[in-house]
Amino acid sequence: MWTFVSPRIVFGEDALDSLSEIRGKRALIVTDPDILRLGLAAPVIERLSASGFETQIFSDVEANPEIPTVLRGAELAMEFEPDWIVAVGGGSPLDAAKAIWVLYERPDLQPAEISPFIDLGLRKKARLITVPTTSGTGADVTWAIVLSDPIEKRKVGLGNWENVPDLALVDPAMAAGMPKQLTADTGLDALTHAIEGYTSTWHTDMTDGLCAHAAADVFEFLLRAVADGTDMEARTRMHHAATSAGLGFGNSMASMAHAMGHALGATLGLPHGRAVSICLPYTLEFIARQAPERAAQLAHRIGVSSADGEGGARTLAQAVRDLTRRIDNPLSLSEADISKDRFEASLDKLVADAENDTQMITSSRSPSSQELRKLFEAAYEGHSIGF
Amino acid sequence: MSYRFPSDEWIKELTRLLNESESYASSAQNWEGDFMFEIQPDEAFADTAYLFLGLYHGKSPDAALLASSDEREAAYCVSAPYGTWRKVIDGALDPIQGMMMRKLKLKGDLMKIMRYPKAAKEIVSCCALVPTEWPGT
Repeated sequence: MWTFVSPRIVFGEDALDSLSEIRGKRALIVTDPDILRLGLAAPVIERLSASGFETQIFSDVEANPEIPTVLRGAELAMEFEPDWIVAVGGGSPLDAAKAIWVLYERPDLQPAEISPFIDLGLRKKARLITVPTTSGTGADVTWAIVLSDPIEKRKVGLGNWENVPDLALVDPAMAAGMPKQLTADTGLDALTHAIEGYTSTWHTDMTDGLCAHAAADVFEFLLRAVADGTDMEARTRMHHAATSAGLGFGNSMASMAHAMGHALGATLGLPHGRAVSICLPYTLEFIARQAPERAAQLAHRIGVSSADGEGGARTLAQAVRDLTRRIDNPLSLSEADISKDRFEASLDKLVADAENDTQMITSSRSPSSQELRKLFEAAYEGHSIGF
Repeated sequence: MSYRFPSDEWIKELTRLLNESESYASSAQNWEGDFMFEIQPDEAFADTAYLFLGLYHGKSPDAALLASSDEREAAYCVSAPYGTWRKVIDGALDPIQGMMMRKLKLKGDLMKIMRYPKAAKEIVSCCALVPTEWPGT
């Protein structure tokens, strides 16, 4: 027995207009300073105001949102008493909004207590709308919350099925202005979600199709979206692929590349999409030695390889590298401008954090601490995995 | 040789396997918190049984079958019917998925346990290594 959770999703051109259907009095907009500066929150606020909403903006969310930030957001929510929380942005504002919502409803909880093993009893005070402005996070449709602990410099995976958003407005116009690098990083994040959601030990019949479809679309449309930001067909397909991948991995979990990527993001400050996508080919090669079936099946399903077993899984890893290279993204940590000294000084912490990341539990092959160390070293140098 | 579940011999064999596991030792090196496993009756098992598993800094110093949960204090208690435990030990049910679906109930400091997912996985892996004999089959 397992389950599949999803918000109502309105997608495509003018999806944002669905805000006119929302009924309520006060809406708390959770976003980041860049989204506000770029005017991307304005169409959301305009539509809510036209429907009679009083709005309040919380725009303090930083990249890799920190626990004290969501506590401040929850304080504001308790003062403002919204009946809707509307998250506008990439993964950081969306994850922060989920945490703010839970803490607003359940002020008795600490952020670290938001786990899937308890009943939260949400939706007594407010509900949650997500509006993604990047095409990669999938956080618009997932229940996962990733926050950063600034004291331990570690990312913590939180969340509960109840905190899945009520409504996701997946409007490609909201992501149409992404610069090239952000398009590339977030697009590879979507690819990592799709591939890890498919290869996760928690994959199901409900998630496989979504992940495979999303992976195929990223391979087909990401290069176009990066090369020509005005290509709205590519933009739209990438925006939808990100949400499809989110539905997939949100219900089957991500895996080892995310565990490693979270450690890299928290310790070395790499953007999330870049961090997980750098790790992905190495983790695919690692599982290829002992548990290649799912990766090979996905490679076959999306037309990347017809080989079975290890060969198929390795071909998928190479296809990820080829796409990454074609959009000028780094294939290794050294290419991502991480100095050797900094990497070596961080290696013990990277290994410790990655092996205790919740995403590690769904890997089809569990690395030992020593293997994880070698994986990081290979990802630094750009060497393929042969063990 | 196989060990009847639940029994004192079974939980002591789990302890022996955990103490041999380098992977458990490294992943749980800072862990402090004993576990109580409550095996609840169902159609295949008429009794309630309590298995105590001591866990401290990557080792399992002691373990025992108890007559009552009051005999020892444990920081964590995992409760489930006998048939659910069998699925977990046979590898047919991921215990974390089981807890998310409320098939197994976990009591204790969840903030702390969420920081040790690898150690939890190693305990489950060791459970699967215990040659287990199931009463009634």
